[in-house]
Amino acid sequence: MATLLDVRDLKTTFLTSSGVVRAVDGVSWDIEEGETVALVGESGCGKSVSALSVMRLVDEPAGRIESGEIVYKGRDLLKLSEEQMRHVRGREIGMIFQEPMTSLNPVLSIGRQLTEGLEIHMGMKPPEARSRAVEMLAMVGIPDPERRLGQYPHHFSGGMRQRMMIAMALACNPSLILADEPTTALDVTIQAQILELMRDLARRLGVAMLIITHNLGVVARYADRVNVMYAGRIIEQASATELYANPRHPYTLGLLRSVPRLDEPRRARLDPIEGQPPDLTRLPEGCAFAPRCAYRVERCGEVPSLVALGAGHRSACWEAERLVKELAA
Amino acid sequence: MSQALLEVQDLVKHFPVGGGLLKGAAGVVRAVEGVTFSIQRGETLGLVGESGCGKTTTGRCVLQLEQPTSGRIVFEGAELTGLSQDKLRTVRRHMQVIFQDPYSSLNPRMTVGDILAEPIKVHRIVSDPAKRQARVRELLEQVGLHAQHARRYPHQLSGGQRQRVGVARALAMQPSLIVCDEPVSALDVSIQAQIINLLEELQARFGLTYLFIAHDLSVVRHISDRVAVMYLGRIVELADRQSLYDEALHPYTRALLSAVPIPDPKLEARRERTVLRGEVPSPLNPPSGCVFHPRCPIAVDRCSAEIPALREIKPGHWAACHLA
Ligand SMILES: Nc1ncnc2c1ncn2[C@@H]1O[C@H](COP(=O)(O)OP(=O)(O)OP(=O)(O)O)[C@@H](O)[C@H]1O
Ligand SMILES: Nc1ncnc2c1ncn2[C@@H]1O[C@H](COP(=O)(O)OP(=O)(O)OP(=O)(O)O)[C@@H](O)[C@H]1O
Ligand SMILES: [Mg+2]
Ligand SMILES: [Mg+2]
Repeated sequence: MATLLDVRDLKTTFLTSSGVVRAVDGVSWDIEEGETVALVGESGCGKSVSALSVMRLVDEPAGRIESGEIVYKGRDLLKLSEEQMRHVRGREIGMIFQEPMTSLNPVLSIGRQLTEGLEIHMGMKPPEARSRAVEMLAMVGIPDPERRLGQYPHHFSGGMRQRMMIAMALACNPSLILADEPTTALDVTIQAQILELMRDLARRLGVAMLIITHNLGVVARYADRVNVMYAGRIIEQASATELYANPRHPYTLGLLRSVPRLDEPRRARLDPIEGQPPDLTRLPEGCAFAPRCAYRVERCGEVPSLVALGAGHRSACWEAERLVKELAA
Repeated sequence: MSQALLEVQDLVKHFPVGGGLLKGAAGVVRAVEGVTFSIQRGETLGLVGESGCGKTTTGRCVLQLEQPTSGRIVFEGAELTGLSQDKLRTVRRHMQVIFQDPYSSLNPRMTVGDILAEPIKVHRIVSDPAKRQARVRELLEQVGLHAQHARRYPHQLSGGQRQRVGVARALAMQPSLIVCDEPVSALDVSIQAQIINLLEELQARFGLTYLFIAHDLSVVRHISDRVAVMYLGRIVELADRQSLYDEALHPYTRALLSAVPIPDPKLEARRERTVLRGEVPSPLNPPSGCVFHPRCPIAVDRCSAEIPALREIKPGHWAACHLA
């Protein structure tokens, strides 16, 4: 499969009153055509900013893409004009935001929000756009779509708004969807509905997807490959099966061990990762995870780079070999 | 059999809504619709269910922060509904609450030390100022914080540290019951386990009883002795942890369990999911009969006509389903 999106050494910062936040600090990841890739990590580690950088929607002027390349279908998005970029956002890459209400226009009817993009980006005439809108709403499982066109976002439940976002993201046949915590705000049974729907649609339409989440279960069910982020950097990268079977970074291992699991006998005690997630304005020298790490050695004062440890498996840890040996023993 | 620490019987809480400017549109939100359960001393009862099913309202009624529409709440042998304000104040000291959002539940203008010292002072638990400071230090130590944290303000703490302060504040009153309302939902995955372990340690140390409200079924299974599943204001299933997770009797419980993705791609690839149709109906206008019937994969005619009672199907395992 060909590479669809290739993010290389991306750096995005924010200037804040407490200093420069290195929200995304030199990350590289890619997505192949039709594939689903996950970006996981704790709150504030740079997941949303990564996706927003790809869309070039970082809050300016405080936020700035400092360097790197975002190569989509062979073109560096960072070199496009704003005009060209609008076209990419409309037609090529759809985005589903963390909070649907912030990205739906409250005073525009559901129908208009869908047809607008179709008319602008697909050059459709109003009747054609309208029937496409109905088709999209039906596809994402919104009952009675004809009637729904005239309604407004506040008439929709959280689950329906999220379906609407998916319909909007898919309307112009994009090749890639960036889904930022698409279901975190929703109930468990509705989460399951939406995620299954997204997976079925992505498979059927051959759309590639970036799923951003902090839920390790969601990653396990829906992603082909995974990037684990910590404090603005990717610390481990592998196929989903490989990552869960053979974690090679102490943070990934810690995350996997800290969650209680329904498929396993109940443990007497959970194994948390000790300490606190770091403050991005005051990162330690070297590996940002070191202060919480059970495998810490002197060398962790230097930043470890992401190195390959096997087919498609990379880890940014000086002690990865020791970790592997210990897990095998 | 020992007497339960808390007994809740046929609890109902309705909120009148509407009226106001557009008269006539008034309705009633049936937030809690006849809930019955008890908790033994030292036990943890988990309360799970989707947003809006009435978990928080149930907890608030138990804490007497909300006046029940009807029903009985018996705590430490005393019926709360009939108590005088004075008596109620004393009883209420023995029940405390830990909230989901540690940030909004702590006064931003008070230091951690003052946040902890104030209730001790107001309720005259320790009147000597020096001893009070010692008690604050002790509380901080018990929840895994340091004495220096007493001088900080809530915004100078991380989310996990703030939740520890929330736990310490509850402990300050030496309660027997703590209502934990989504105490870890707002925290990072790696911090959730820290707080859950802390709650369990404190329970063992002080013989605490928990009503543990959450929507994360994996967390609830870990911490609870028994679990109650709510749907639209009613308990649809109640059982000990093992039975509930291994042999759920209610189709809603089964759907909830199957909706939880497991962090194991190989397992997930083979796993069938029961995906429920439709959305959770509004408690303003709940469906007839069994409130779950419009989404139920096995519903029969009877389900839309007749409300199923919560029956003891096996010893200690209750379910409200005609087909269980
Ligand atoms: N507009 C902004 N101004 C200043 N700082 C920002 C801004 N947006 C994000 N940040 C900072 O950048 C870092 C990364 O934020 P980001 O939103 O990408 O986190 P995230 O991984 O998506 O977290 P969450 O899981 O909470 O959504 C955070 O430390 C955040 O505070
Ligand atoms: N003061 C109030 N006035 C009117 N309706 C209310 C009030 N408090 C709660 N409700 C309604 O009662 C129902 C139950 O709410 P409750 O907060 O108990 O749910 P919950 O199970 O705790 O949900 P969540 O998981 O979202 O916290 C909801 O429909 C809610 O909108
Ligand atoms: Mg985010
Ligand atoms: Mg609640």
